[in-house]
Amino acid sequence: MKIKTLSRSVDEYTRERSQDLQRVFHNFDPSLRPMEKAVEYKRALTAAKLEKIFARPFVGAMDGHRDGVSCMAKNPNYLKGIFSASMDGDIRLWDISSRRTVCQFPGHQGAVRGLTVSTDGNVLVSCGTDCTVRLWKVPRPTLEDSSVSSENFIEPAAEYVWKNAFWAVDHQFEGELFATAGAQLEIWNHNRASPVQSFQWGTDSVISVRFNPGEPDILATSASDRSITIYDLRMSSAARRIIMMTKTNSIAWNPMEPMNLTAANEDGSCYSFDGRKMDEAKCVHKDHVSAVMDIDFSPTGREFVTGSYDRSVRIFPYNGGHSREIYHTKRMQRVFCVKYSCDATYVLSGSDDTNLRLWKAKASEQLGVILPREQKKHEYNEAVKNRYKHLPEVKRIVRHRHLPKPIYKALGIIRTVNDSKRRKEDRRRAHSAPGTIVTKPLRQRRIIKEVE
Amino acid sequence: MELSSEDNNLTEKFLPPIEQESDVELETKVKKYLRGEGANLETLKDKKLKTQLASREKLYGKSAKTAAKIEKWLLPAEAGYLETDGLEKTWRVKQTDIANEVDLLSSRNQYDIVLPDFGPYKLDFTASGRHMIAGGRKGHLALVDMMSMNLIKEIQVKETVRDVAFLHNEQFFAAAQKKYAYIYGRDGTELHCLKERGPVARLRFLKNHFLLASVNKSGQLHYQDVTYGGMVASIRTGKGRTDVMEVNPYNGVVALGHSGGTVTMWKPTSQAPLVQMQCHPGPVSSVAFHPNGHLMATSGKERKLKIWDLRKFEEIQTIHGFHAKTLSFSQKGLLAAGTGSFVQILGDSSGSSSSHNYSRYMNHSMVKGYQIEKLMFRPYEDVIGIGHSMGWSSILIPGSGEPNFDSWVANPFETSKQRREKEVHLLLDKLPPETIMLDPSKIGAMKPSRRKEKPSRGEIEAEKEVAIEAAKSTELKKKTKGRNKPSKRTKKKKEMVENAKRTFPEQGHNNTASKKRRIGEDAAAELPASLKRFARKN
Repeated sequence: MKIKTLSRSVDEYTRERSQDLQRVFHNFDPSLRPMEKAVEYKRALTAAKLEKIFARPFVGAMDGHRDGVSCMAKNPNYLKGIFSASMDGDIRLWDISSRRTVCQFPGHQGAVRGLTVSTDGNVLVSCGTDCTVRLWKVPRPTLEDSSVSSENFIEPAAEYVWKNAFWAVDHQFEGELFATAGAQLEIWNHNRASPVQSFQWGTDSVISVRFNPGEPDILATSASDRSITIYDLRMSSAARRIIMMTKTNSIAWNPMEPMNLTAANEDGSCYSFDGRKMDEAKCVHKDHVSAVMDIDFSPTGREFVTGSYDRSVRIFPYNGGHSREIYHTKRMQRVFCVKYSCDATYVLSGSDDTNLRLWKAKASEQLGVILPREQKKHEYNEAVKNRYKHLPEVKRIVRHRHLPKPIYKALGIIRTVNDSKRRKEDRRRAHSAPGTIVTKPLRQRRIIKEVE
Repeated sequence: MELSSEDNNLTEKFLPPIEQESDVELETKVKKYLRGEGANLETLKDKKLKTQLASREKLYGKSAKTAAKIEKWLLPAEAGYLETDGLEKTWRVKQTDIANEVDLLSSRNQYDIVLPDFGPYKLDFTASGRHMIAGGRKGHLALVDMMSMNLIKEIQVKETVRDVAFLHNEQFFAAAQKKYAYIYGRDGTELHCLKERGPVARLRFLKNHFLLASVNKSGQLHYQDVTYGGMVASIRTGKGRTDVMEVNPYNGVVALGHSGGTVTMWKPTSQAPLVQMQCHPGPVSSVAFHPNGHLMATSGKERKLKIWDLRKFEEIQTIHGFHAKTLSFSQKGLLAAGTGSFVQILGDSSGSSSSHNYSRYMNHSMVKGYQIEKLMFRPYEDVIGIGHSMGWSSILIPGSGEPNFDSWVANPFETSKQRREKEVHLLLDKLPPETIMLDPSKIGAMKPSRRKEKPSRGEIEAEKEVAIEAAKSTELKKKTKGRNKPSKRTKKKKEMVENAKRTFPEQGHNNTASKKRRIGEDAAAELPASLKRFARKN
């Protein structure tokens, strides 16, 4: 006869010395945990509520410009600094951590329309409505910079005057060329006073330009004739061109998938395209109620931030139709430029009220050094919230955002307008012969045609 | 290089038989951790969703496999067993024989505590099995630390005590006394007097929801949330007095056994029972639930013990011969039945989870004259606690307890700091009473797409009764200056009752509506052909 009963010796299950950690034993058997789904649901609810409690996205504002901020540029080699330019020609380099101006680059007579930094971080290129392109030497950041309170004024390294006002500028990745947008698209070299190459199509001016991060010779431009054109510098003519219903204010390439680009349009939506096949948008991102002025991708390539004329900044997922987050303040007026910081933690917005604002990309994120146990808890909360975010109670809390009244009302009006259009369309289809009424999907509807 | 790869191929083809068996074992374990079938992704047309779900299913498979491997290799303890060789039967093995075979630490768990003065004892254990509260009918309450056999506190309340129950840990316990139920702290101080419930017959605590459930002498079921003291529900069962009440640990449903032989199951958010089962021809003596939630054992006064499958609400097995006054399931599925001074332990002789066959495993007969009042298996130990008319005892039942505890669920070796932290975590995870349902895995699942189902007639009637009672029991303001005539008061009260009734429409309306429709159809058939287009189309 064999008999064995459970007997646990206290030594095996408790710690030896008071300086040891307590012993923890695991048994993952589901029968020990009744009602585990209900407990997870409760935890998801608590996690959603905690996220809302800790959601404080606004970090600070950088004050200094005397006119609205028109454009910004980020230096990929130096996380702490950002360049910004205003409508009165004032260009500044800011230190984000102390939110102070490090140095100023005076010189432009009119509004500065474009700013860009070369890939090695040494040269800053700016262009403006005074028909000049200026190149500046960026000061190397040293340890003494943070203690120096007085601001430095830097002289331009080079100044090139040209025939017409410029609207945008962008620098090639890993190259020496930069492109300006004005009456035509012009390609310049650092050392030459006149453009190396020039593209023209029709008589309309080019509004924005962006070089592809993956292929250094490809760039995308948008013009005031509502077109988006992709040029290849090696070919001396346009590679692709589409004409849309409304003009595109800004374009951004996805840094992780360099064949995809997203265009910020005047009708309040952003259109993501595959650069190789431009006849249909891959995704339409709709949430802004007014024109989208600027767009920038996160270095992870999974999200992008947009700033719009309706005084709000929104963060969209790269493949999702609606925004994940909206940031707004009573003091922030029309947002003209946005940038996503190079460590994917912050979002910067420059607006009409002369301020640059620093926001957290994830509103409830705990900044600073996090203990591994805290990190695990954050990850668990995120995962359990995602598992139950479709249940009504949790969804109500996760989705809730306070919107400023004009945006809320405008969204309501847009919804009623779209509903009535759809209803009318449905009725037309129901009362006509099947197959006569064909609706184009929204991804194709806003594109008029592809040329060439 | 090439030779070694050939060797690998050979070993893959010719696995030794032991390893193949353990693969099968691992498969069953993996199934347990997968918690059901994976979703059928073939019917999806959305490619993006399909790839996302496929990657998630892969992750589930991986985690289930890791959990199965941990269970196989990393768990510190193994379950107890009692194996007899050849002709000897397991139920002939006596406790003295067991004491001779096992180690000293285990044999300390066999004892009889004789307290003849204070009446039959009821017991309760905490979730970790470390503490026990014993309540004697004549008013003796004793809180004992089972590991050190240390009496923490004993008090004499000088009243009849009908039942005792621990709250979420050993710091609080509740006692059902003569007129009301009371909550005591660990040091014996009376913390609360629960007057609303009336004279309580049975007390049980729902751990995940922090609800103290009780049934009183007039058959009313009360649920009270002990974190803030609010009464969540008080339900009039309408079936008369009963003192058979058990909680199903799997889904938090309370089962009452009635004198007509029915077992009804209740949840706090509805006035009508979830399920009514006719279990026995005579009164139900006792009910017990298996920890996995699928099995229920009931015993009736006609000396039958029945085992029910709760998924299909069907009877699986009947055991004749004795009238079990008290029943209890252990963590490993052993069923203990107590009659008179005789304890019988039944074990599941079939290993599979789909079919159950309970047969005699062990017996224990106590001194004649000891009437067994309550049996309860101690969690995480191979021990059963017996509360009887002369005190309480404890005997060894090998193979009844779960060998490996999880420190985050229930830790018998808890320090006070761990206990305090656990209390906070339990409170954060406290479930709302709406989550009590027959199948708790339905939370988060897809709702079957149906039109809103109307509540059943019984439910509507029950709700109506409650509303009428509430209207009748409201107190009217006493008016002055000659406006307080009795005739006006009665008229006002009648009006309130009528208003309460009006919210519940008459049940008979459905028939008339369908009759009208049928008339319309018949009339349409009689119309001449030229008028047919004016007939009402449905």
